[in-house]
Amino acid sequence: MRRRAARTGWGVGVIDLDAFAAEVGAEGPVTITGVGSRGGAVPGVRTVQAPSGIQWVQPDEMIVCCGAGTPVDELVAVLAEHHQTAALPCGGTVGGALSLGQADLRRLGYGPVRDVLLQARYVSAAGEVVKAGGPTVKNVSGFDLCRLLVGSRGALGFLGEVILRTRPVAQCSQWFHREAGEPFEVFTQLHRPVSVLWDGTGVWALLEGHPDDVSAQAREASLAAVDGPPPLPGGSRRSIAPASIATIPGRFVAEVGVGTVHHAEPWVPPRRSQRVLDLALALKHEFDPLGRLNPGIDV
Amino acid sequence: MNEALAADLRAALAPDRVRTNATELGLYGRDASNIEGSTAVVCFPLTTSEVQAAVRAAHRHGVAFVARGAGTGLAGGAIPLDHALVIATTKMNRVLSVDPVNRMAWVEPGVLNLDLTRQVAHLGLHFAPDPSSQQSCSIGGNVANNSGGPHCLSDGVTASHVLGLEVVLSDGSVVQFGGEAPEEDGLDLRGAFVGSEGMFGIATKVLVRLTQNAPTVKTMLMDFSSVEAGAQTVSAIIAAGMVPAALEMMDQLCVQAVEAYIHAGLPLDAAAVLLVEVAGLPAGVAADTERIVEIGRLHGAGAVRIAKDEAERALLWKGRKTAFGAIARIKPNYYLHDTVVPRRMLPEVLRQVYEIAERHQLLVMNVFHAGDGNLHPLLVFDKREPGVMERVHAAGEEIVRASVAAGGVLSGEHGIGLEKRDFMPMMFAPADLAAQAAMRRGFDPSGLANPFKVLPSAAACGDVQHVPDGAWV
Repeated sequence: MRRRAARTGWGVGVIDLDAFAAEVGAEGPVTITGVGSRGGAVPGVRTVQAPSGIQWVQPDEMIVCCGAGTPVDELVAVLAEHHQTAALPCGGTVGGALSLGQADLRRLGYGPVRDVLLQARYVSAAGEVVKAGGPTVKNVSGFDLCRLLVGSRGALGFLGEVILRTRPVAQCSQWFHREAGEPFEVFTQLHRPVSVLWDGTGVWALLEGHPDDVSAQAREASLAAVDGPPPLPGGSRRSIAPASIATIPGRFVAEVGVGTVHHAEPWVPPRRSQRVLDLALALKHEFDPLGRLNPGIDV
Repeated sequence: MNEALAADLRAALAPDRVRTNATELGLYGRDASNIEGSTAVVCFPLTTSEVQAAVRAAHRHGVAFVARGAGTGLAGGAIPLDHALVIATTKMNRVLSVDPVNRMAWVEPGVLNLDLTRQVAHLGLHFAPDPSSQQSCSIGGNVANNSGGPHCLSDGVTASHVLGLEVVLSDGSVVQFGGEAPEEDGLDLRGAFVGSEGMFGIATKVLVRLTQNAPTVKTMLMDFSSVEAGAQTVSAIIAAGMVPAALEMMDQLCVQAVEAYIHAGLPLDAAAVLLVEVAGLPAGVAADTERIVEIGRLHGAGAVRIAKDEAERALLWKGRKTAFGAIARIKPNYYLHDTVVPRRMLPEVLRQVYEIAERHQLLVMNVFHAGDGNLHPLLVFDKREPGVMERVHAAGEEIVRASVAAGGVLSGEHGIGLEKRDFMPMMFAPADLAAQAAMRRGFDPSGLANPFKVLPSAAACGDVQHVPDGAWV
């Protein structure tokens, strides 16, 4: 794969993925894991790990290139030296965060995880290194394979090296709270808050930007500064229409304007239609006809 | 013409919404590119079930079908090939529902981009992607091409603003991808569909994200004595940790054409002008404006003009958005290109663009989304001049090669379509293209949805492909 890097020049990818590709191979079941914080390897299956390490940071392009096995916290720390950050949930590895595709509490302001991945070089079920996407934020060269990879839980290919979109760190970032609040009232009062949470009684908001704007916004919405968000119940992570958060029973913290609900009770997500399931399976079959990558993982 | 297919469609739709006369077939064989295709029948469904009926009819007759919005695409993505059925979604143009609190709306694909923004303006909201064709392009077309626009620098392209889709697949089944809920279980089929150029199915409803209007907006124009100085200012602004709402650049030839057209008092002697817009809350906007002016001055900006009011802001934007119309004053024809390069490579690639045009004895002007590194070199010519089209195509190919060699990509917002299909190997190895072909087969095993686009023949594994006149290849 060095051939490709040499041919296309700058910024295209630098990690030699040949060893990783050889390890994944072309035969037999294989599973991938990072540090195991998001479910880890499929039990009883030969396990591989993606390369790690940050290759370069380009704050003037707002991009970073790293191995998929790089810990998110390490990435965030290195980006911080350049006054940048990435909209990935903390903990675990970059590859794990992308493969699961679940955003953290800042999704309202920072966008979903699927908007972070610009280019991926992954190892396919045939043991080949494949490139998806490109190194620039704006890119409509071919189908959006990167978005299909985010959230695919390693079922279509194993991420080796990624180029991610970064964003500048805000000058001021502060959580606020209002003890009794109607969530949508606070939500509509604020201009592009990074997060608004509601637990059925109180409202929390994360505001970022110029310090004067942050304090003015907080004042107008009668919010008081606090150390951070409330603890999140761990029974289930639900994904519902944001308009319906007002009627959830039980103990929960809901992300206003997003529809992610952290609930104390377990939850079974609604089943997708049979035709959509068939389509997902058809894609899995196209990418991994023998079902060898992360066997048993649903698409 | 395909009388049997037309008869089936007349029975399924209404006779007056199925057209087979030569004039209309000719019209719908074209889009805004220079390429011409061939149409069997054109139909205008009003509902999802009519789209479904049209797709099923195409299937029964073994005829390819091409979804078409407003036909403003520049890469030939909506060109029907080999007597395909054109399914025009222009009459499906209703905004179905708006949730002003959670800021989303279900719309039909034929809704025009700017009409959607106008319809939600009273709620303090807008649809963020704003291609220069926004007055005439449709949301369905935006979805198919993953369209951009000047304000995508801070807010992202169409893919970031599509939450859900209702789609008619090529076998006629109707499915929903994504929706109001933020994290659908399983593969992100919604994300994969956006930008698929009509090759994965036809979107019949689109759930779009609406964006809050900014309370404060500052728009400024800075002029520079060299294109390099302007381009370096762009990089320096981003490197300073600011993401303006828009960062647009026009070179001298373009400014002169635009000024003659709109009389906005643009600086005619400047080598380049930067149009910068900062939006948000007042203190942040004021601080960023000050720093941007400072960075501009450090890079040799001459006059800095800050729009005093909404009228002046609109005038400055009119200059940017009508640039392509203004070009007609210079020469009757133009070929608009679309590539992306890393911002830091802008000065070098622009230098090459001028050199390439000069070598091919063509006029070139540049008006582009500098903040995204998204170049739009515009080759201006008179097609009556003998041999000029060969030079236009040769120069175009060299510009694309120079952009990719600089670490850039083939297209930032126009898509691949037919225009750049055979350039895909510049950016992708055979294994990369095979993965994209696998996506296509997964969504459309029949291969009837807008065939022969995007994927070069080796990757598509299709029949011998007919590339019509007008394409570069």
